[in-house]
Amino acid sequence: MSVRYVDEFRESRLAHALAAGIRSLADPARTYRLMEFCGGHTHAIFRYGVPDLLPANIRLVHGPGCPVCVLPVARIAHALQLASAHGVILCTYGDLVRVPGPQRQSLLKAKAAGADVRIVWSSLDALKIADENPHRQVVFFAIGFETTTPPTAVVLLQARALGVKNFSVHCNHVMTPPAIVGLLERPEAQAPGSVPIDGFIGPAHVSAVIGSRPFEPFAERYRRPVVIAGFEPLDVMQAILMLIRQLNDGRAEVENEYARVVNRDGNTKAQRMMAEVFERRAKFEWRGLGELADSALGIRPAFADFDAEQRFDLDVVAVADHKACDCGDILRGVKRPTDCRLFATGCTPDNPLGSCMVSSEGACAAYYAFGRARERAVAPV
Amino acid sequence: MCLAVPARIVERLSESIARAEVGGIVKEVNLCLIDDVAVGDYVIVHVGFALSRLDTEEAAATLALFAEAGMLAPDDEPEPPA
Amino acid sequence: MNRRISPRPLDLERGRIDLSHGAGGRAMAQLIEELFEAHFDNPLLARHNDQACFEVGAGRMVITTDGFVISPLFFPGGDIGSLAVHGTINDVAMAGARPLYLACGMILEEGFPLADLRAIVASMAGAAKSAGVPIVTGDTKVVERGKGDGVFITTTGVGVVPAGVDIASDRAQPGDAVLINGSIGDHGTAVLSKRENLSFETEILSDSAALHGLVAAMLAAAPGIHAMRDPTRGGLAALLNEIARESRVGIMIDEGAIPIAVAVRGACELLGLDPLYVANEGKLVAFCAAAEAVRLLEAMRAHPLGRRASIIGKVVDDADGYVQMRTSFGGTRIVDWLAGEQLPRIC
Repeated sequence: MSVRYVDEFRESRLAHALAAGIRSLADPARTYRLMEFCGGHTHAIFRYGVPDLLPANIRLVHGPGCPVCVLPVARIAHALQLASAHGVILCTYGDLVRVPGPQRQSLLKAKAAGADVRIVWSSLDALKIADENPHRQVVFFAIGFETTTPPTAVVLLQARALGVKNFSVHCNHVMTPPAIVGLLERPEAQAPGSVPIDGFIGPAHVSAVIGSRPFEPFAERYRRPVVIAGFEPLDVMQAILMLIRQLNDGRAEVENEYARVVNRDGNTKAQRMMAEVFERRAKFEWRGLGELADSALGIRPAFADFDAEQRFDLDVVAVADHKACDCGDILRGVKRPTDCRLFATGCTPDNPLGSCMVSSEGACAAYYAFGRARERAVAPV
Repeated sequence: MCLAVPARIVERLSESIARAEVGGIVKEVNLCLIDDVAVGDYVIVHVGFALSRLDTEEAAATLALFAEAGMLAPDDEPEPPA
Repeated sequence: MNRRISPRPLDLERGRIDLSHGAGGRAMAQLIEELFEAHFDNPLLARHNDQACFEVGAGRMVITTDGFVISPLFFPGGDIGSLAVHGTINDVAMAGARPLYLACGMILEEGFPLADLRAIVASMAGAAKSAGVPIVTGDTKVVERGKGDGVFITTTGVGVVPAGVDIASDRAQPGDAVLINGSIGDHGTAVLSKRENLSFETEILSDSAALHGLVAAMLAAAPGIHAMRDPTRGGLAALLNEIARESRVGIMIDEGAIPIAVAVRGACELLGLDPLYVANEGKLVAFCAAAEAVRLLEAMRAHPLGRRASIIGKVVDDADGYVQMRTSFGGTRIVDWLAGEQLPRIC
């Protein structure tokens, strides 16, 4: 017995077939620098040891697609204020609780100090907690890209329909296409001859929601091929093969490897619900990328009663990242985790300084947890 | 980002709730985000919500594509060490 | 016991623990007599001393102690009571020792239902009896409501190591084979399935079991086992890292050789967990010379608790002490220590 539509996409026999296909297509005279935007791909690449099967001239660059890694410290500060100073029941996904905020404070540490922080598996659980605690304010601290946004929209719609008085959402949902544009618009990407990325492995479940169409304009404008890929290791390898083929042919198109889930238009019902509840923020700060226009969602005025940023008085704290931390450069694919001098010394998964070390999707944590022996093999100290 | 797994719908409990199975474990999922789900369908589940349908024919086609890729390679190519 | 301490027996159906059950007076004596002694029932306990006194045979003694805190208290395949017996027996057995006796400390929260306590104590007694390791002394305390989590149990075990057996965490050597007695992650998955907010339906039961019988069979086949440990909290990954650090070696395991139930994988996919880090309560991992590995494997498979035993890897020279895994997919990855607690994640 197997886990259907999972195990088939992890099979070693097919991995070797794909690896052989990649080796025969890849031109040994050139280098292929491919960015996987999503942390889900980063995680799969390391967990299954995908680089072991690739020729050395294919370099995988890890992108900023890990929602807790790109969340600026000021937003974590809000979560801490809500949980500690405002005394709410703060519900959030498990990914966020160890992310360091100001002074290395985290939600997990705030919880140890007495704050009521609860890890939920679904946004619906947060609404349920509000129902069970009618005399407490419950805030769902929402994080994530377009995949995780529709479930937040659903609870906001439900909360309004039910007239829930003690529930609100602190919205930190961000959008993928503006982040990719942000990467390509940066000065280091503009300088002729210094373009660090040849093509993109495009998001899997983000595309299930928004479709593959939003990636078409910039594939064309920036002349970079994009292959939407599933999060299983064979999906990643097939996407690499398709990108090599496009680059060899001089094409820059959007192709869809993940056709079993993704189509060109995405989930239009989910898009409608998101549009009803959320509106684009004029700008939003991304850790490592700075402020990006039209890159995040806020809650529409019609839902202001359920917007924690409206309901609670939250201080805007300007917090600089640790001076030696290279998370910003790593998130942009300019540096590798091992280039950071804090890596594995001042900054480890048990005591993270930068956010890339926190989430198992963060490039640093993935390198640390799965890849250090490889580094040793490649570059003996 | 975005951990999501394929699950098979085993029972509709209401308009918006179904029981779905992943590798022998069964969990309730919310169907608000997709229409016309039937028992036996595969859906992609993310944070308790069915986010989209999984097209089993497309899945088979993709698997066939993987096998085909291997045909590109010359036979004398050594396999990576097992 | 010839004379009851109280004319009215404990109300084991509707009664609850109150502070008097820990106050040292008649109520406490009644709880001990009608609940603990009635179930644990053995001559050493019946002597009503504050300690148990017994003869020991020749050999090296081992002693271990373990605290049990678990939520929920009852889970598919076991409960905190049987777990507290199995866990400590296993810690004794991992030295190759024959477990002799257990001691038990109970911390009860005011308000805890006596019916639940009776179920836990009966389960402990059953586990101790079938393991042949009696609970010969104990202690009971009651804490105020809100200061405990229903019940906490500490068990201490003693045992004797037979002559010629020398098992220790620092004895794994390059070239050693690594064996496990069955599938990983069953206990953690069974417990998670009953956690509030995560609950899911599954056929998976906790693997909670006393392993000393299996250990005896293993030692009969391969007395020279170098190291042995049970992968409880932190799962197989934590165990391998501990042995690698203590023995100053590397370990290379083969993902395809590690037995795992499909439902455990299904639960891990859904919750974003890695089965290598999920807890077990009836598994052991043994390190032995390669020449003895097949003989040891056959002995394990001949025992009911080792039918799905497997050789999962080998010990290698590595000054950095890395544990690595050849993935079924064909690549290699590090199997690191767990950072913090394994939390359900969405990405």
